Order: sequence, then structure tokens, then C-alpha cells
Amino acid sequence: MNARILLLLLWPFAVSAQGFAGLGTGTDGFSTPQQPAIFDFPADHGPHDDYRIEWWYLTANLTAEDGTPYGLQWTLFRSALTPDGGEGWSSPQLWMGHAAVTTPDAHFVTERLARGGIGQAGVTADPFEAWIDDWQLVGDDFDTLRMTASGPDFAYDMGLRAQGPLVFHGDAGYSVKSAQGQASYYYSQPFYDIEGTLTLPDGDVVVSGQAWLDREWSSQPLSDNQTGWDWFSLSFEDAKLMGFQLRQTDGTAYTSATWIDADGTTTPYTDGAFSAQPLSVSSVAGREIPTLWRVLLPDRDLDVIVQAINDQAWMDTSIPYWEGPVTVTGTHAGVGYLEMTGYE
Amino acid sequence: MTKAGLQALLSHWLRNPVQLFTLVVGLSLATALWSGVQAVNAEARASYDAAAETLGEGQFAQITATTGTIPQADYIKLRRAGWRVSPVVEGRLDGVRLIGIDALTSPGGIAPVGLNEGDLTVDMITSGILFATQDTLDQIEDYGVQTLPNPDVAPGVILTDVGTAQRLLDMDGMLSRLIVAPAQPVIQPPLADVVSGLSVRPPQGGSDVARLTDSFHLNLTAFGLLSFAVGIFIVHGAIGLAFEQRRPVIRTLRALGFPLGRLVGLIAVELLVISLIAGAIGVGLGYIVAAALLPDVAATISGLYGASVSGTLQLRPEWWLSGLLIAVGGTAMAAAASLWQLARMPLLASARPRAWAMQAGRGRLTQGALALGLLVTAMLLGWLGSGLAAGFGMLAALLIGAALALPVVLDRVLAFGASRAKSVMAEWFWADTRQQLPGLSLALMALLLAMAANVGVSTMVSSFRLTFTGFLDQRLASEFYVYADDAEQAAALRTYLEPRVDKVLPIQSADQGVRGLPSEIYGPTAHATYRDNWLFLNAAPDAWARIEAGEGAAINEQLARRADIAIGDEITLAGRQFAVLGIYGDYGNPIGQVIVTETTFETLFPNVSPLRFGLRMTPGDVPALAVELRDTFGLAEANMVNQAGIKAFSLDVFDRTFTVTGALNVLTLAVAGFAILMSLLTLATMRLPQLAPVWAQGLTRARLGRIEIIRAVLLALLTAALALPLGLALAWTLLAVVNVEAFGWRLPMFLFPLDYARLAVFAVVAAVLAALWPARKLARTRPADLLKVFSNER
Repeated sequence: MNARILLLLLWPFAVSAQGFAGLGTGTDGFSTPQQPAIFDFPADHGPHDDYRIEWWYLTANLTAEDGTPYGLQWTLFRSALTPDGGEGWSSPQLWMGHAAVTTPDAHFVTERLARGGIGQAGVTADPFEAWIDDWQLVGDDFDTLRMTASGPDFAYDMGLRAQGPLVFHGDAGYSVKSAQGQASYYYSQPFYDIEGTLTLPDGDVVVSGQAWLDREWSSQPLSDNQTGWDWFSLSFEDAKLMGFQLRQTDGTAYTSATWIDADGTTTPYTDGAFSAQPLSVSSVAGREIPTLWRVLLPDRDLDVIVQAINDQAWMDTSIPYWEGPVTVTGTHAGVGYLEMTGYE
Repeated sequence: MTKAGLQALLSHWLRNPVQLFTLVVGLSLATALWSGVQAVNAEARASYDAAAETLGEGQFAQITATTGTIPQADYIKLRRAGWRVSPVVEGRLDGVRLIGIDALTSPGGIAPVGLNEGDLTVDMITSGILFATQDTLDQIEDYGVQTLPNPDVAPGVILTDVGTAQRLLDMDGMLSRLIVAPAQPVIQPPLADVVSGLSVRPPQGGSDVARLTDSFHLNLTAFGLLSFAVGIFIVHGAIGLAFEQRRPVIRTLRALGFPLGRLVGLIAVELLVISLIAGAIGVGLGYIVAAALLPDVAATISGLYGASVSGTLQLRPEWWLSGLLIAVGGTAMAAAASLWQLARMPLLASARPRAWAMQAGRGRLTQGALALGLLVTAMLLGWLGSGLAAGFGMLAALLIGAALALPVVLDRVLAFGASRAKSVMAEWFWADTRQQLPGLSLALMALLLAMAANVGVSTMVSSFRLTFTGFLDQRLASEFYVYADDAEQAAALRTYLEPRVDKVLPIQSADQGVRGLPSEIYGPTAHATYRDNWLFLNAAPDAWARIEAGEGAAINEQLARRADIAIGDEITLAGRQFAVLGIYGDYGNPIGQVIVTETTFETLFPNVSPLRFGLRMTPGDVPALAVELRDTFGLAEANMVNQAGIKAFSLDVFDRTFTVTGALNVLTLAVAGFAILMSLLTLATMRLPQLAPVWAQGLTRARLGRIEIIRAVLLALLTAALALPLGLALAWTLLAVVNVEAFGWRLPMFLFPLDYARLAVFAVVAAVLAALWPARKLARTRPADLLKVFSNER
């Protein structure tokens, strides 16, 4: 037995027979999202310790001055062992950070883990600061942020400025995840302009582009029969689309989507409106993972091909998954990010 | 046909059950010794691995503070500056070592704790769990914290979460040290820019514990191999005998048209079955041997090196499997030559007696040349080689070379004896002994190796004991040692003790790297105790006086050898330069040590205050003072050490070492004696054609029997005479080559002539015992059998 196994066991996401990464476990004692969703900002940018899991999830499509596309990820997960608990080292709050940079032919990834209660990681709402070790996402408010992360072979230092409002998914931020009614609170800031410097083994690269930040918290977002998800955030010339499908053990999927107009006006779509079909798979980390998709939203006459910029964008972290930048062609052209979990 | 052939072959064992018994017993004994030693080794190693992993020492760089503890806030500062470090809180809980770690940040391999139930993780963080072996858990009181027995944690260590450790050790907000993860971010500020007062200790190649105990294990492994070699001699003898005696059967079978290939196959299968059975018995016996030895080995190692080995034995697959493999492989090795000869032997020659025995005599010249080559190699390795591997290569070359040289040397000695013989009888005796030599040489080699190993290992252990006890006398010069729990108590103790004893000598130390090697800096009070008792191996003139004047420092031999520091060189302590004025012996210490004077120490490490005191006083007053301190300060027994007690404990440790080596010595000698018995039995039946004419000329059977015993004594004595120098060479290699490589210091070698004489007596007794039965058998041979020799005359 080594520490890595201990670590995996410690991380409540990681080992569970029920659903991907334990997201399908019971809610015993934790709060659950309620309708109608009422948000209180800036407080809700901060953590909600009485919910089991929560994340601050930022992805960005970047371009270097020479036109090379890059993808970037900065994620902070919070996970609570119990709904209430002690101070200091006895705090039940655990934190996990993932950072990655994807180039057309390389994928750099690193992970950080931290205990809550000792100051090593955390989030404050006002002024906003989310941090784990030396990584941070910090700003006077949620619209203007500085973002840093570093790993053994890469680092980045980026500035973000929001060009539009927050958008709320599902029913005004109450996002249903299954036919049984599992749900989460879910909002995004998809309108960040981002620029900064990537430090890569071959040297520094100045980049700029678009970033998308997701905020989500819940206590049981998946139902027992759901094994994983495929999540798309796509940016077109004059609109954006967030769509996901939760794969179910019977081979069907539960889907949900939000169409976001340039001014931030949202149109939510319930199960069945959005669909994503894998077209071909790549062999990634010993698994077959679909990296070429056909994505359909007939209500918007959307029929596009989503292709990974780098098939091997594998997040080799405690809980492994696939996450990387994509290009979109078809009825709508653009870029975006794809996340796939639960592929064994 | 196969069945008939098998029946014919097996009928041999039915007619000679004793021979089957000896074959099985010989093989079992060899396997038992091998697997017993392996078991002890495997068990001890498994314990070290657990220990080394739990402590995480050596594997990773560490950050420590000169003040001893690191504020938790500094840890967070470091993390937030990009330093991937993991906290460790350490202390003693009821005398047991308590280690608190943070499983989320500790680098892999630190915590050998397996958890199976998800709820445990919650408990571990929110309320705390203590992981340790059941034995260790039994040693602590109930602290209201959940305990969980776990065999993977090193003995004597409790592993828990850092938060729980802080609570139990009353170290809230404090950490003992930080482990530095091997992978650090690309962007990272220097340590001193983030937090001051911390220093990084680089990772060491392999853990201290493992490196220290390697030597002991290598000794044990060498013993295991030797036992195996001795065992193989027996098996070779037993199989040779079986083949020899079955020659008529084989000849008859072949004459009847039984294919040779199938015959060889049948014998091979038969041997495989026998070796598997014997191997299984051997593994069982080995388990018993190991179980009997392990408590002593565990005590020896923990006493010598402070590395705890759990005293329980687990049936680990690696060693019972290796035991079976050794049995089968050894049989195959021993039988290969016999089977080869069987396959090559002309049909009608098969029944010729002594063909097998004489076979071994051929190629003596080649053997002599090989022996010489190996001995020269050993000398060259000792002279030019470096490293532990060279040391052991030298041992191997020496032992094998000597074993191969034995028959050649004995042959020359016997030839010399024959040339000096005055009577016909004597001439016959020498010539007949010489004639027997080829058949006996394997057994004699076994005896030679067994004796040499005994001489070598006994010399090493005894030399170690003498040196170490002498060193203890120097080092533990004070009559009584007192340990305070904290600085406050230490100060009070000092004030209280000063008027009551002759002299209070504070003992204070700080950990610091010296030339990149982990070292302890000591700052003893200038006092005659040190001047009188600490003897330098090498020193500048007036070394003590100059050290006391603050002009320089003394270092231990380990540090001098590893960092290649000579007298007059300079070392840096806490930023100041010191000339090395003396080098002293420091046996048993894994790391470097530096001595400066008390005042110098206080300026270098102002934050360290002494918690330990050595008290110079009348030895008879020690018990009374102990009672006084217990009543006045509430000092626990563990905080007061009577010097006489330490010495007694140290000697006890060596006595245990003696038990282990002694037991192994007796076992190897017994095995060697068994080999002689087997060889003599083999020869006895074959030698009737040589003895019958002597008998016919008037020598009585009883006299013939006595001559057999005299012969055995003569050969054993000759072998012993050769084993002594070989054993001493072995000891020298262990002390002056292997020890320096493994420990970093050289042990002076002492000779123990009485021990050697006793060993020689044992060897002769073993030989006589082995010769007794064949001699008695000879003395009782029916005259008819002796006469039959002539009737069979071809």
C-alpha cells in the first residue's frame, strides 16, 4: 500500500462503485440545491461548505502570435467529507487543483491537493480569491482576475477581463442532471478576454483568447445509473453553447444545454434537445476515448463536428479524465472545450 | 517396461532405507539452513522497508529548522510560494515514536498504510486514527483516539494524521520537519526568500537504516550461501553413493535392452520427487530454525542500530519458494555429473567399482590452477578493489579458491607423509589415505568452509565486541545520565544537581549538514572527562586544548572518511569556519558528528538548550539520586540512565549476536560432519577390495576400524589447520574491507586462539563422530564378505 492509494481513498470522489468519481453517492446531512435558485453575489462566488462538492472551473482557448492554438485549464475542486466539522487539521474540507496547458502536440498537466482549515487552499468571495498553494485566481471582483499556476514542466500567468454578464444554466441556475431530479447550482462567466504568458519547456509564449469559467456546487449531481459525462462549451462568432450528456448504464443519455447569445441572453434546453454522437475514438492512456463528435441542437439549426486539437489531452490526475481544446466546423464554426469523464 | 525399470530402480531404496534417509535428511538440512537464513533476512528486510518507508528518511530532501520546530504558518508560506513540501510532526508518546503526516501532500511511498473503508478517511481527518502494529498499540495508554492495527507500519512507530499528532504531542501549530517532494514547480523562489531559519537537507542515497543494517544482512546472506554450499556437498555425496551402488542394477537393465534415455529420465524424475519432498521438509525445518533465531536477530539489530524488527515470523512466499528451488536446483547440480557419467559410461564398465570416486580425482592440475587463480584474484580485489561488491567478490574468490586448493594441498601433505613413512603399515596408511582423498575431498571442502566461516565470523563478532565495549567505556564516562522533558525542567535540574554531584556536563546537539552529509554538532563542557576518555584516532598536537580554546573542532571517523576530511582541513558550521583538529572513533553511529566547545556551540546555535546531562559522581550514589530526582522532579525511569545499565544492555546485545552466530556455527559444523559421514559411508562399501588383501595379510578388522578413525582425525586436523588461516583472512576481509564499505569505519582485529582451538576440537569431534559408524561397520564386516572379494576377482 502506498500513499497514492491512501490519497485516492482519502479523496471521496475517487473510489466508488456508484457513478464516476463517487458523484453518485448519497447526500447524508449535506444541503441539496432547491428551486427556485436564488443567488447572492459576491457571496456565492465563495465556497458553500454545507454542500459536498463544488468547483471553480476555468478553461480557455488561446492563440499565440504565430497562430498556434493552445488550451488552458485552471480548476479548483472543493470536497467535504462531512457537512459540518472541526477547525484546522480536523476540517472536513479537502481541496484539489488541476492545471493544464494543451498544445497541438503536447499536454502538460499537474495536480495539487490540500487540506482545508490550515490556509493552504481556499476561496474568499470578496475580494475574490481562489487559491491552492501558489496557484491563484484573484481579483478585486469577479470581472477582473489574475490567474497563475505552475507545475514541474510548465507555468502560466494570465490576466482576465469579463466582457459580458454571468449566465445561469437550467432553470435560472438550477441545473437538473437526471430524470430522478438530481441537480446542482450552475452558473458561468463565458465572456472573459484572456491574455498572458505560458511558460513551456521550449520557452515563454505570449497568448491571448477567450476563457470560460464555470461555477457549480451540489451534494449529489449524478444518479446511481449515470457513469460519466461529455461536456461541451463551444464559442461561435455570435453565440455560445454549453451542452452536456450524462451517459447512463442502459446506453441512453440525459442531456441538457444552454444557448447563450452575444449579450448574455440564455435559452435553456431540457433533456433530448441537445445530442452528441461520437464519430471516432482515439486510444488515450490505454482507453478508447471519442475525440471526434457530431453535436446537434436542431432548435438552433446547429449541426457541427467537434474535433480535439490534441487527442491526448488526458488529465493523469488522482481522478483521471479527458479535458482539452476543440475546433468546431459545420453549420457553426468556432472553438471550445470538451470534457469527458467515466471512460474506463 | 517403464514400470519394471522404475520398480528395479526403486527397489534400491527399499533395500537401502538408510541411504534414502541420508539423502533426504542431507537435502533437507541444506534447504533448512538456506531457507532459515533467508527467512530471517527476508523478515528483517521487510521490517526495515516498512521502517524506512514510514520514516521517509533519505529518500527525500528534508527541511528542518535550527530551532527544532517549524511554525505551521511557515509551512503555509512555503506552500503558497510554490514549495511542494509536506509536513511531519514527530515525538514520543509513552516512549513510542509517533509520526504525523499529511497524506494529501506527502510524496509517494511515505505512508505504508492501507485503508479499505471509506468511513476511515473521514475519521482519520476529523477525529484521528492511530495506525501501528498491535504490539506497538499495546504499549500506549488510551488517548481517546481510535486505533487501527496495521502490520505494514514499522514496529515501534505509530503513524497518524499530522493534526492528531499535534494534538497528542501538544504541538499545536508546530511542525517537526518538512519533506520536499521530488518534483518542484518550474517557478520557485529560494527558500531563504520565503522563510528564514530553515535549511534543506539533501536526500541520501538509500535510507540510513537500510545502509547500516546491510552489513549485518550481508553477513547473514554469506552464511546462507555457505550453508547451501555445504549442503550441496552432502547432496552430491548422497547421490554419488546412490549411483555407485545402483550401477549393477543399471547395467542389468541396460543389458536387458532398457533404453538409456528413458533410464536417465526415470532417475531424473525420481530425484525430482525426492528433492521436492526433501525441500518441503527443509523449508519446514528452516521455519523452525528461523523462528528460533529471529527474536535474537531482531534484538541484535534493534540493539545495534536502533532499527526495530518485529519478532514475529510470517511465511513469506519468496523464501519458501526459494527453499524449494534451492533443493531442486541443488539436487540437479549435484546429480548432473552423475547422470552425465551414466549416459556416457560404456555398458559393461558400469559395474566397475570406484570409477565414480576416481573420476573426481582427475583434472587435479586444472583444479589447482583454478584455485591459484581465484586466490590471486582475491588478493588483487583486496588490494585494488573498492566498494562493497569488491569486498564480497574478494570473500567469494577467497573461499572458493581455498576450497578448490584443499585437495591439492592435502594430497601434497599426504605424499610428504608417505615419503617419511618408516614402516610398511605406515606406508600403506598414507597411500590408502591418499587414495581415499578424491572421494572425501568434497566433504572436506565442506568442513573447511564451515570451519573458516566459524573462525571468520567469530573473530569479527568478538573483535566488534571488544572494540565497542572499550569505546563505550570512553564514551559513557559519566556515571549517570539525566534527560529533562523541556528547557524549563532542564534549567531547574541543573540548578538542583550542581551542588549535589561532582560535575554536571550538559549534552547538547544540533543537526546540521557538514559538506553535504547529515551530521550532529555537539557542544560538551570543557572537562577532564572528555580529555581523558575521548581518544583520537588521529589528531593535531594539543588538540583538546585548542578545541577548548575554540580554535577548531573534532569530527568522527565516519564523517572524515565519507567527506574525505583530513586533520587541518576546514569545515563550515552555521556559517563559521573551523579547522579539524582531531578525528575520533564513533562506532555504531550512522551519521557524522562534530564536537566543538560549549561556548562555541552556544554562539553557533543560540536557540538550542541542553535537555540531557551527564553527571560525574560516586557510582554508589546513583540509585539514591535517582530516587531523589523521581520524587522531586517526577522524572520517569526512562529519563534517567545509569551508565552501568547501558553497558549491561550493550553487552547483552552482543551476547545475543553470539547466540545467533553460535547457533549458525553449530548448524554448519553439523552439516559438514554429516557430509563426512556420507562420504565415508560411500567409500566404505567400495573399499572392500582394497581392505580385503590387508585383512588377509593379518590386520584384524578391529584394527582396520581404528585406522579409519585415525584417518578421519588426521584429515580433520589437516583441514582445520588450513581453515584457520582461511578463517582469519575471511575475518580480515569482513573487518577491514566489508565493514569500512558498509559502515564507514574500520574495526581493529583481535585474535582469539582459545576459540580457534575449541573449534578445531569440535571439527575433530565431528569427524570422529562421522567416522565412527563406518569404522564400526568395517570392524564388523563378516569375514565371508571380505573373502568374497577374492572370489569375485576378475
